[in-house]
Amino acid sequence: MERDIVFPGQFLSENKADSGPGTYVKDGKVYSLLYGIKNARNRISVVPFAGKYIPSSKDFVIGTVIELTPSNWIFDICSPYDGLLHVSEYPKRVESGKMPGIMDVGDSVLLRVKDVNPSMKVELSMRERGLKPLNVGRIIKVVPAKVPRIIGHGGSMVSMLKKETDCEIFVGQNGRIWINGKDSDMDRLTEAIDMIMQQSHTTGLTDRVCRFLRNKEDADTDEDLAEAEEVEEDESGIPEDTYRKVDALLEETDE
Amino acid sequence: MNDKPEKFIDENGLRLDGRQIDEIRPMTIKIGVLSRADGSCYMEWGNNKILVAVYGPRELHPRRLQKSDSALIRYRYNMAAFSVEDRIRPGPSRRSTEISKVSREAFEPVVMTNLYPSAVIDVFAEVLQADAGTRTAAINAASIALADAGIPMKSLVAACAVGKVDGKLVLDLNKPEDNYGQADLPIAMTQDGEITLLQMDGNLTQEEFKQALEMCKKGCLQILEMQKEALKGKFGEDAAIEVPEDIDEEIDIEVMVECDIGESEDEDLEEADVSGESGEDEDSEDTEAEEEDHEVIEEEFVDLVEEETADEEEITEGSEIREQ
Repeated sequence: MERDIVFPGQFLSENKADSGPGTYVKDGKVYSLLYGIKNARNRISVVPFAGKYIPSSKDFVIGTVIELTPSNWIFDICSPYDGLLHVSEYPKRVESGKMPGIMDVGDSVLLRVKDVNPSMKVELSMRERGLKPLNVGRIIKVVPAKVPRIIGHGGSMVSMLKKETDCEIFVGQNGRIWINGKDSDMDRLTEAIDMIMQQSHTTGLTDRVCRFLRNKEDADTDEDLAEAEEVEEDESGIPEDTYRKVDALLEETDE
Repeated sequence: MNDKPEKFIDENGLRLDGRQIDEIRPMTIKIGVLSRADGSCYMEWGNNKILVAVYGPRELHPRRLQKSDSALIRYRYNMAAFSVEDRIRPGPSRRSTEISKVSREAFEPVVMTNLYPSAVIDVFAEVLQADAGTRTAAINAASIALADAGIPMKSLVAACAVGKVDGKLVLDLNKPEDNYGQADLPIAMTQDGEITLLQMDGNLTQEEFKQALEMCKKGCLQILEMQKEALKGKFGEDAAIEVPEDIDEEIDIEVMVECDIGESEDEDLEEADVSGESGEDEDSEDTEAEEEDHEVIEEEFVDLVEEETADEEEITEGSEIREQ
């Protein structure tokens, strides 16, 4: 199996039937359109190293509200095109005045692309099981072209990540990944995802990431123990009223 | 400024900087030097130092510039105030506006702008140090930066200039040759030799012009090779470090191959997962039952997916025919 790095304009095949995504046909021959990795199974396609997310119908994405209109939420979906969510696409009936109460500017939401028209008007939907506003967890941003690598073949990578870290994961096609779990688990997962991003073009990645996570877990538990001891020591050194001050500060910021 | 050399080519046929008449200056290319830009390239070509950043495709403002059927390319060529000995007045000038326009037009035929309607692709070329041939150097660097940004192009663009000094044609002019030569002919072309930029300053006979075109073609091919090397080298090194100790190479190659077709499949798996998750939120006690169902759901989805992929292939084939 060939996994060559190709560049725009590289000759790929004599047979125009081989042309897959990321390629074009000229004079009956197939050339690459992109700078990326060539895949030669069935047809030849090129998976780019970089690139923006271009919405297409039925994709799952994670969006952030950037604007409210009387009947639409407008979402930033990490793409050159903004997404529109009409109130009628929210699972429940919503009065226009109550829209900010449900999702306001800055909120992140799991969404599905309902339709994209030729002028790139993106219509979103939440009328699907599991789609919801996000109020816990973290969002990680990655290169959209590498999303398939995080999911893995038949979901192998993502299920491994779930198993090893006990986190909930939702991978949006637009390169935003929502994770939720214990803080230490999320830290580990974030590092694992960084690792996938850096080594996405290499082979044997799922195994290496798995090993990395296990080693990390062992190291973390040791560290945690050590830290716990330290903390106990520290606590004795800090006078009571410092805590009260800190608490008061925290409350203020909460409000 | 009376530093015009008496002779541009010595008795051995070598030029002022020791090059042959058909030799280009040494070039070094670095890719991905700017972390904020979507694609970037730093190029040194002889004494030219050029930094190019590419942003996009992204939303275009003001909206009146948007083209409903294709992306707009904005190319900004700019020389830093310190790029030459006499300070250049900063800001757009007649010269930089002209170069921006012709350079943009050098890329318009190769970039697949029709894939990104009403968006914009911004290219910023900054000349940090100039030594003749900055527009061609900027085009060479921009070509790599565009590829680095993941923008679909039919071909890389390579550019090179031919000039005439002492009545002889020379490839890739340097500063004195440019300033005091009899002609300057910058050309940009694709890998097939399709010319996307051609300008001329000075005088050439028809014969000389034809010969110059041939010389330029050879120069551009050399540059194209260097561009390819640079692009392949970006990942070459870490690939060498990371690849060893692979036990399940087969499986992982599958993953790479499955990227396109596999996407729809994976989404559906995700969907199954998410429905599990939402169940958790509403009543957390149900989760166990949910998880048991999970496998069944996944299997069903895999079946569904196989049908879906078949459909998908038909669709993509259709679109290809349209493209042709």
